[in-house]
Amino acid sequence: MTSTTARKHSFLRRVLGCWQLYVMLLPPVVYVIVFLYWPLYGLQIAFKNFSVAKGIGGSPWVGWKYFETFVNSYQFWPLIKNTLILNVYELLALFPLPIVLALALNTVRSKLYSRGIQLITYAPHFISTVIVVGIMVMMLDPSVGVVNQLLVFLGGSPVDFLGNSDYFRHVYVWSGAWQTLGYSAIIYLAALAGIDPQLHEAAKVDGASILRRVWHIDLPGVLPVTITLLILNLGSILSSGFEKVLLLQNNLNLGVSQVIDTYVYQVGLQSSIPQFSYAAAVGLFKSVIALILVLLANWLARRVAKQSLF
Amino acid sequence: MADGVAVARRPRRMKQPAGDRSVLTVNYLVLAFFGIAVLYPLIYVVSASFSSAEAITSGAVKLFPVDANVDAYRTLWQSPAVVQGFLNSLLYSVSGAVLGTALTVLAGYPLSRPDLQGRRTLTVFLLVPAVFSAGIIPTYVVVQQLGMLNTRWAIILPGAMSVFNVIITRTFYQLNIPHELLEASRVDGANDFAFFLRVALPLSKPIIAVNLLFYGIAQWNGWFSALIYLTDQHLFPLQLVLRDILIQNTVEPSQLGSQTAAQLVERQELFNKLKYALIVVGMLPPLLVYPFVQKYFVKGALIGSLK
Repeated sequence: MTSTTARKHSFLRRVLGCWQLYVMLLPPVVYVIVFLYWPLYGLQIAFKNFSVAKGIGGSPWVGWKYFETFVNSYQFWPLIKNTLILNVYELLALFPLPIVLALALNTVRSKLYSRGIQLITYAPHFISTVIVVGIMVMMLDPSVGVVNQLLVFLGGSPVDFLGNSDYFRHVYVWSGAWQTLGYSAIIYLAALAGIDPQLHEAAKVDGASILRRVWHIDLPGVLPVTITLLILNLGSILSSGFEKVLLLQNNLNLGVSQVIDTYVYQVGLQSSIPQFSYAAAVGLFKSVIALILVLLANWLARRVAKQSLF
Repeated sequence: MADGVAVARRPRRMKQPAGDRSVLTVNYLVLAFFGIAVLYPLIYVVSASFSSAEAITSGAVKLFPVDANVDAYRTLWQSPAVVQGFLNSLLYSVSGAVLGTALTVLAGYPLSRPDLQGRRTLTVFLLVPAVFSAGIIPTYVVVQQLGMLNTRWAIILPGAMSVFNVIITRTFYQLNIPHELLEASRVDGANDFAFFLRVALPLSKPIIAVNLLFYGIAQWNGWFSALIYLTDQHLFPLQLVLRDILIQNTVEPSQLGSQTAAQLVERQELFNKLKYALIVVGMLPPLLVYPFVQKYFVKGALIGSLK
């Protein structure tokens, strides 16, 4: 018993010994409690019949009612389908390309050329989604847009890319390629920079061609990062690109562009009669599935790549 | 064509395999193509904003401005909504950058100290809401209950700090502030505050620069929180004004102010020219700042992957 009190004492002393560090931590911790944990507490709104007058605490419990309403609604399956197709398409199309770009940049001998290409291709990452969509609206315009002028010049007929649901997914994904490829390559470039140059020298002496060296040295070098990122991307497959989808959405493409996140926004905040509880339930439904995917992905990452987030 | 180059120039070294030259040529060409594909829309937008409306509509603008003039920018300069939005965005960006960076450093430095009791618990405490966030509706309710709807606080505060940045900053301190330094200044009688202010902070300029840039640009580019929290147009950041004009096409001639603006809006082709200028104004500040901090990115990515 004396030993436990002694241990308590020394623990207390160690805590007091770095009290100044706790003082520093106070502002961020208060921030996290107010803006991240309080909303988590507020999630109970999904199980209540929320009325503004009564507040979250005073509103009556309704159990799983809103979750059942959502799962049974006629919009449930189209929403799941749209969300999955959009994100899986994006993943399949855009995941491998940054690796190719990084390998290509790494092979370039001229530092100036490589830096120049990097400087240019990172840039769109810093442009806002509003601007990117704005540029697309202007360039894809059926009458005055450059892209359609080119199509007409080549003998085709103008296409209303943004007003036609057939093109929505392609426009979404490939504008994403324009915006993100360069920046996504950074992490692979960092991994490539960590490869021992002696490996390349030795291979060169043995007469290995560039392609052989990329295949046998560079690719294995970025493989761990690749596996980790791939698995982590799988975990966030339900929740990317919300802002861009919302900006690109219009009545003509709603059939393929309505995803879970935009639906939550629509029923929860945009409609004239906001349904906070129902929207929160739909959001929670998505978050739980996303969390399961993250945990699953993390477990896989630990087993396959011997790496994990937590 | 690539082979032609390889044949025309005799290989200088015996060791170099014959195919490498063509592989390299193809590589350079592909990279150049991608670079041009990324750059072209940006150049086109800038050129169009300086060209005459007729040249844009007739397709005469290919790469460089045609009939160069600055009418569009003069019009924007006289538009209250755009100028006000620009100033609002500037305010949100600067305050968001300073506040976010301060919170991030205040969290990152203590968490990097091995002698901080309960370090793991605190880290997990920060990571939980980053992995499982409550979503827009409960966050909206909190902002509402705090009475921040339709105030500038609603734009600056709810997204002020990113846990991801805290982790990167923490790792930066772990790698760059050796423990011996702390011991040495303890001998000199410095407490934790003094050490943080006089030693750790001056050594953390790169990570502070990256944080400032990251938070500042995030605020500059943000529009969604303004969309849901604000109804007062005088508080709108530039991006939300741009969204209304560029994408929703909902703009009152009066919103753009002056007489010339009203005339511009009446004629669609002139309005298009104005949109190009708006795009340039909206994307310029981040693009001007980022090359200065670019050198830290690869380092930052390395730190991130080491984690």
